[in-house]
Amino acid sequence: MNLHEYQGKQLFAEYNIPVSKGKIIFSPEEVIDACNEIGGTKWVVKTQVHAGGRGKSGGVELVDSPEMALEFSKKWLGKRLVTYQTDGKGQLVNSILIEECTEIKSELYLSAVVDRESQKIVFIGSSEGGVNIEDVAKNYPDKIIYQGVEYKDKNLVDQSINIANVLKLNDDQTKQFVPMIENLLRLFVENDLSLLEINPLVINDKGDLLCLDAKINIDSNALFRQPKINDMYDETQDDPQEAEAANNDLSYVSLDGNIGCMVNGAGLAMGTMDTIKYFGGNPANFLDVGGTATQERVTKAFKIILRDPDVKVVLVNIFGGIVRCDLIAEGVIAAIKDVNIKIPVVVRLEGNNAELGAEILLNSNIRIISINDLAEAAKKSVELAK
Amino acid sequence: MSILVNKDTRLLVQGFTGSQGTLHSVQSISYGTNIVGGVTPGKGGNTHLDKPVFNTVEEAVKEVEPNASIIFVPAKFCKNSIIEAAEANIKLIVCITEGIPTLDMLEVKKTVDELGVRLIGPNCPGVITPGEAKLGIMPGDIHLPGSIGIISRSGTLTYEAVKQTTDIGFGQSSCVGIGGDPIPGSSFVDILKLFEDDEKTEAIVMVGEIGGNAEETAAEYIRDNISKPVVSYIAGQTAPAGKRMGHAGAIIAGGKGTAKDKIEKLKKCGVHIADNLVSIGEKVSEVL
Repeated sequence: MNLHEYQGKQLFAEYNIPVSKGKIIFSPEEVIDACNEIGGTKWVVKTQVHAGGRGKSGGVELVDSPEMALEFSKKWLGKRLVTYQTDGKGQLVNSILIEECTEIKSELYLSAVVDRESQKIVFIGSSEGGVNIEDVAKNYPDKIIYQGVEYKDKNLVDQSINIANVLKLNDDQTKQFVPMIENLLRLFVENDLSLLEINPLVINDKGDLLCLDAKINIDSNALFRQPKINDMYDETQDDPQEAEAANNDLSYVSLDGNIGCMVNGAGLAMGTMDTIKYFGGNPANFLDVGGTATQERVTKAFKIILRDPDVKVVLVNIFGGIVRCDLIAEGVIAAIKDVNIKIPVVVRLEGNNAELGAEILLNSNIRIISINDLAEAAKKSVELAK
Repeated sequence: MSILVNKDTRLLVQGFTGSQGTLHSVQSISYGTNIVGGVTPGKGGNTHLDKPVFNTVEEAVKEVEPNASIIFVPAKFCKNSIIEAAEANIKLIVCITEGIPTLDMLEVKKTVDELGVRLIGPNCPGVITPGEAKLGIMPGDIHLPGSIGIISRSGTLTYEAVKQTTDIGFGQSSCVGIGGDPIPGSSFVDILKLFEDDEKTEAIVMVGEIGGNAEETAAEYIRDNISKPVVSYIAGQTAPAGKRMGHAGAIIAGGKGTAKDKIEKLKKCGVHIADNLVSIGEKVSEVL
C-alpha cells in the first residue's frame, strides 16, 4: 500500500524527522487560510497523487501569493494528473500540500528498502539527489552507498556516518543525520514499511537537513497490525476493479488486452498471460482466483473481469489440486449462469478429476468451450478474441 | 535417494486441528506420510485424526520425536510458530501460510540460519518425494517417482511442471516449492545444491518468476557448480512494471526483476529455457 507525500511527512514529523512547515487542503476554501497560517511570501503547492514525476507534469508549482495557490487548487482539485509513471488516464487529485518555500543549497538522495539479497533493511544514499536514482547508479556508481542496517544494533552510528560521508555532509549536518537515520529506521520497523524514499533530501540556506519529499510503501501483509496506516488508504488512487478485487481477496491487475483470464495461483496466472501472448493474443488482466476456486469466488472473479468492456473472451485455467475439478466445473457453470455471461468462455481444467470436470462442462447446456490442453485452450481464446 | 523428505520423515503438524491443517493432514496421511502428531495451543492431550495433539512443539518433540514440521497457522502467528519449532531443534520446517509480514521474515530468517535449521517457504506448496512423503498441499496423484528435481517459486506452476514431467514418463525425485515471498527461508541455490548431490536426480527444472534477483543468482551458481542439466521457465513475461502480481515477491521494481533479464542471464549461464509454459516437459526430453 502506498501513502501520499503529506501522510508520509506526518509520519516523519511524529518521528522528529525534519520536514517543511505545511498544510494539506482538500478544497479551495481552505487555501488562503493555509497560506497565511504557514506564513512567508512564497509557497510550494504540490498535488497529492500516488505517482512520481509530478513536477514535470505541472503538478507542483512555486507561487508568490495565496491567490496563485488558490488558482492552482481550482485548476487541479478533482482533476486527474498524468505523469510518466501513471497510465493515460492519470491519477485523481483530491488534495494539495501547501508548504513554505525552502532555499536549497544542495540536493541529496536517501532511501531504505528491504533488500532481498542481503535479507536486511538497506539504506541507499547519494550525493546526487533530485534526479532518478537508477541513472545515478548507472552513471556514477561511486556516488552511491548501500548500507545494510539492523534495528537496535550498536553499529548503527558508525553505519550512519558511512552514509553521511558519501553524502558529503559536514560535522554539523552529520550530527543531525545520525539521529535522523535512527528515527527513520524506527519509523520503518514500527510501521512495517517496505520502502521509504526521500528524493530530494536537501541542505537549506541555513545549512540544515530537510526532507522535501516523502515516498512510503507499506507491506500489505502487515496491515492487520497497522490500524492507523490502514486508515490512510486512499482508494481513489487505485484502479476501481483492482480495489474491488482486493476487497474480495482476489489478486487482480488490469492490462490492455481483450482476453480475460481467471486462473488459480499467481505463478500460473502469469504463465497463462504469457501463453496467450505467445500465441499472438493479448491478456486483459491478471487474476488469481486463489487455491480454492469456489463458486462464490469464481462468480466474483467473472463479475470483475466482465466490468472491463474490452474483454471479448474469458479463458479459465484451473489446475485442480486438492479441490477436485468436477466441483470446480460445477462452480464455473453456476457462476456463468449467475452472471449471465454473453461472451464465449474457454475452460481448461487440469489435475484431480479433470476428465469428469470436462464431461460436466460438456453436458451443461451452456456455451462453454472445454479444452483440456492449455496450448489449445490459449490458441482458441486468441482466435475468438479476433 | 531424494532430498529433504523420505519414508523416514516423522512429521509434526503445527496448526493441526484447524481447517487447513486437518484437510491437508488427511491428504498427507493417505499419501503415506508418517505424521506423528500435531500442535494446537490449548488442545494438548486430545487426539486428532488418530494422532496425539500437543500444546507446544517442545512437548511434541519429547513425546513423539518428529524430525520435520509443517506449519498451517495464520500469518500473524507464523513468526512465533517457526521460531518455536526451530528452538525445539526441528531441523526441517515447511511453512505453507501466505501473507507473513516481511519484517517478521527478516527476524525468522536470522533465527533459523543461526540455529542451522532449514526452512522451506513460507507461501509455498511444500515438499514432496513422490511415493515416499508429502509435506504440503500439492495434489499427490500427479506425481510419479522418478529422476527430475523440481524447484519453484509458485504452487500451481509447480503442478504444471510436475504434470508435464509425469506425462513424458520421467517422474520426479523430489519437488520443492520455495514460495513467492521476498524473503524465502530457502533459495533456489540452497535447493540446487541438494539436487546436485542427490544420485537419483538426473535433471533439474527451475520455475521462476518476475521480481528480485534469485534467478540471476541461481544462474551464476548453476554455471559454476551444477553438472546436471537445468531447464528453466520464467513466468511474467507480460507482467507490467510496478504491479504486484499476486505473490508479494512478484513485482518489477525500478526496472529490475524482469522476465527478460532473468531469461538472458540464465541462457548465458548455460541453462535451457522453456520459452513457454506448455513446453517444459518437451524441453526436459530434449536435454536428457
